[in-house]
Amino acid sequence: MRVFGDAWGVSTETLIGAAELRAFLHGLPGVDQVGAEERAARLATRSIKTSAKAEAIDLAISMVDLTTLEGADTAGKVAALCAKAAHPDPSDPSVPKVAAVCVYPDMVEVAVRSLEGTGIGVASVATAFPSGRAPLEAKLADTRAAVAAGAAEIDMVIDRGAFLSGDFLKVFEEITAVKQACGQAHLKVILETGELSTYDNVRRASWLAMRAGADFIKTSTGKVSPAATLPVTLVMLEAVRDYRAATGRQVGVKPAGGIRTTKDAIKYLVLVNETAGPDWLTPHWFRLGASSVLNDLLMQRRKLSTGVYSGPDYFTLD
Amino acid sequence: MVFEYAPAPESRSVVDIRGSYGLFIDGEFVDGHGEPFKTINPADEAVLADVACADEADVDRAVKAARIAFERVWGPMPGAERAKYLYRIARIIQERSRELAVLESIDNGKPIRESRDVDVPLVAAWFFYYAGWADKLGHAGFGPDPKPVGVAGQVIPWNFPLLMLAWKIAPALACGNTVVLKPAETTPLTALLFADICRQADLPPGVVNIITGAGDTGRALVAHEGVDKVAFTGSTDVGRQIARTLAGTSKKLTLELGGKAANIVYADAALDQAVEGIVNGIFFNQGHVCCAGSRLLVQESVAEEVLERLKARMATLRVGDPLDKNTDIGAINSAAQLDKIRELSAAGEQEGAGRWSPPCQLPDRGFWFAPTLFTGVAQSHRIAREEIFGPVLSVLTFRTPEEAVTKANNTPYGLSAGIWTEKGSQILWTAQRLRAGVVWANTFNKFDPASPFGGYKESGFGREGGRHGLEAYLNV
Amino acid sequence: MSERMTKRMSDRLAVRKTYKLYIGGAFPRSESGRSYPVTDTKDRFVANASHASRKDVRDAVSAARKAFGGWSGRTAYNRAQILYRIAEMLEGRRDQFITELRHTGASKTQAANEVDAAIDRWVWYAGWADKISTVAGAANPVSGPFFNFSTPEPTGVVGIIAPDSPLLGLVSVVAPAIVTGNTTVVIASEPAPLPAITLAEVLATSDLPGGVINILTGHRTELAPWLASHMDVNAIDLTGVPDADVPSLEDAAAGNLKRVFRASEDWADDPGTARMTAFLEVKTVWHPVGV
Repeated sequence: MRVFGDAWGVSTETLIGAAELRAFLHGLPGVDQVGAEERAARLATRSIKTSAKAEAIDLAISMVDLTTLEGADTAGKVAALCAKAAHPDPSDPSVPKVAAVCVYPDMVEVAVRSLEGTGIGVASVATAFPSGRAPLEAKLADTRAAVAAGAAEIDMVIDRGAFLSGDFLKVFEEITAVKQACGQAHLKVILETGELSTYDNVRRASWLAMRAGADFIKTSTGKVSPAATLPVTLVMLEAVRDYRAATGRQVGVKPAGGIRTTKDAIKYLVLVNETAGPDWLTPHWFRLGASSVLNDLLMQRRKLSTGVYSGPDYFTLD
Repeated sequence: MVFEYAPAPESRSVVDIRGSYGLFIDGEFVDGHGEPFKTINPADEAVLADVACADEADVDRAVKAARIAFERVWGPMPGAERAKYLYRIARIIQERSRELAVLESIDNGKPIRESRDVDVPLVAAWFFYYAGWADKLGHAGFGPDPKPVGVAGQVIPWNFPLLMLAWKIAPALACGNTVVLKPAETTPLTALLFADICRQADLPPGVVNIITGAGDTGRALVAHEGVDKVAFTGSTDVGRQIARTLAGTSKKLTLELGGKAANIVYADAALDQAVEGIVNGIFFNQGHVCCAGSRLLVQESVAEEVLERLKARMATLRVGDPLDKNTDIGAINSAAQLDKIRELSAAGEQEGAGRWSPPCQLPDRGFWFAPTLFTGVAQSHRIAREEIFGPVLSVLTFRTPEEAVTKANNTPYGLSAGIWTEKGSQILWTAQRLRAGVVWANTFNKFDPASPFGGYKESGFGREGGRHGLEAYLNV
Repeated sequence: MSERMTKRMSDRLAVRKTYKLYIGGAFPRSESGRSYPVTDTKDRFVANASHASRKDVRDAVSAARKAFGGWSGRTAYNRAQILYRIAEMLEGRRDQFITELRHTGASKTQAANEVDAAIDRWVWYAGWADKISTVAGAANPVSGPFFNFSTPEPTGVVGIIAPDSPLLGLVSVVAPAIVTGNTTVVIASEPAPLPAITLAEVLATSDLPGGVINILTGHRTELAPWLASHMDVNAIDLTGVPDADVPSLEDAAAGNLKRVFRASEDWADDPGTARMTAFLEVKTVWHPVGV
């Protein structure tokens, strides 16, 4: 494919020039805003019913990164969330468990302990989340601490200031440094698309992150509005699809923030299915960063199995 | 995992198809005197209804009813009052939108997603838009007090039955004309439902008359000497016949005919959106679109990549039950049209073009054709010159912008064209040189009542939509 | 110009003008080698006019097609200046045209008035070149994130069967066709063709590119059907055609769906814009609005 050039078949690069990187990112095909939004909106009209809906709900539950990222988080709050992660619906053991629990670094230890034996991983935000405005050393220390505490996945934020000012190399080098600090932990790179402003930037940031070694690209911190949107996720799904076609390496995608209803979640699954393709339709390659969506998924699940509409009192709030 | 979408059929219970339909003349449904014909559901070939056929005497009755309504009621009525009738119609269309969409999909074969999200909303918008002109005609640039033409004879095609009705009737009525409209013989049902909407709106009898029938009925209508203005949408061949029929008469004529639009993709295009635009350009409405982007002209340096992406995208198209909300491509409208598509596709193969379709299962009954593309097409191939009017894309390449424009214009048609590039000046350079009435840049197949639509050269003359669309229905 | 008149001015034997056709900026004779005599209202011989053939029609259409891209691609301002230049050149030959018109039966005052009106008509249309798009175009407020505009563009090659008003009528049908960028093939008045060829001399010295206006003289009934049926002619103006001939010419024009225009009018009236818009195509361009 034209856009990927001939020079690199490697999936992660450690050496790249600023000019080359800039030329590459600006050489990517553009994204027409209206066309991308139209496509996402049209996919959102897919009607997922009956058996397809049941499958989709379970798949969505299994893709949830159940998240709490509050200044007010405590060990108690985190432990409760972990309990919910392992048994989303205590009254129904057939409900799958979620993919991971996502917390701040200082809560990783509590989460790891609470999730022991469940097979659910702990993801930790790091790198001075959510702003990312800290010295690189602090970001790396943040990362190492989370990994040391047992985090299997690190959700880092990119330096949006550097990105928007055109210092792509700085962003690139930070990601490679954090990737190194991650060791065996998977690296999710948060683009904070709500601050990138254009889909062209989303596409460039996606490629930049993938080339720097991201295992996942993630839309948002959840602290900036807009958080995840369908068209932003569409553009990122196109990026991972094209990146795999060019390099052979598959990268995951995680929309985060703003996903509240079953309808929302299913729209994302349709988007994955018809953009990147079924290969991405597993918790290994697609995650939903959310918390409140889980209860709605459970509620819709029960409606399908019982035939009557349920209510919020029948699902746990932690 | 494989994410199978379970069937999601739209309910048919919202429509009530009668066993037989008469002609709508002077506000009443009356028997026709020709041989009645059957309209069928192209998705399963089931007979939907018996429909009356208007003979010359019926046409005469309809034209006379329209004449009387023009002279006594609609012509003299203040524009502001005409406007209110049209607003009423627009509102009733919105109220009955589900019913109209389902009926359209059943009779035509188009996916419910399109009839629901494109056709019917545009129909309502068309009436709403032209309603607003009815009392403002003196400000439209056709003189201080432009007059209606009189009785309009209108013949419309089967590809957008209700939308073409709206394109014809809304501006005609807004300008103070009365109409006799003949829908296509394979898709009469929504026009007949529209007759009921006219009654619900208390539209005075004779202002809108709907006569059903085939070619003979249409010929009788356009030739009728009581008709002051003829508007036709359909094939270039029939358009030519009509122009000949009208030679030497003082009837006004507008024609919206065939096309073989070029969709030009430059190397610097936003490729994902371009691919969407190509798909939307040719597979929208099964390719039964006069302005379909049926000739893809892609710059050689990206041809391979575009084709790769296009094929991947085509593989996600869902062909099948028009009433399934997830269907992207519905049924071909008729056996005759299916034959034509097959014949031209076979010619494409014989002439040496490479044929490709994604794997897709077609229903056993009904008229179906898989989305198809031909690569290695040359301008001299029939599939690059003749309108296929089906889900068949011919792919050609070009090297320079000049070559793209030359190839795009190398056709007797001139209805529409597409341009895909991120370079603004290149868009305008190309748009200026394309001999086509509608140019979509970085988009395709967009329609709006405020936007004039119509062709150059053998794609017809006159414009529908916008201020320009008034001209056909005013004595200017 | 007739010998009689020039002899009045001197005893020298006049050098007569050979009236030829005007095709592609050149003045060829009819390929057929034919001519026909033109007489004044008292049936006196004035000159021989070329009697064009169908092949001359064909050549004129090719010339017009060849000129179309360049002429329609000129800026409107440039076309305006050229039309104004035609008025200037015509003004300079005012007396010559008055003389020619007098052969067609006009009194001296009538002839002078007609020449003046013809000059003024060029000026009127010259000014339209860069205004008609504003008047006939539009920015359309579609309901979506799109910028949508409509611009009128020239139809292409326009065949014109000119009325018998030999100068003002001729100018009144030709100027509105070319000012917007069309190119034309004109069949001049059959009984009074000479002012048309003299007008061609004006055109040839007015910076008007060759082929924009091609003028044929000859028999209307012979030439018009070839022009009306020609598949590379996009539109036809039947103003100079008698009623009886209209049906067959409109039928022929349907072959490639030519735009057909026919309007009889008093050439002294305000011309309006109808003759320009008759040979314009409205092109509508859509573009998304986004970042």
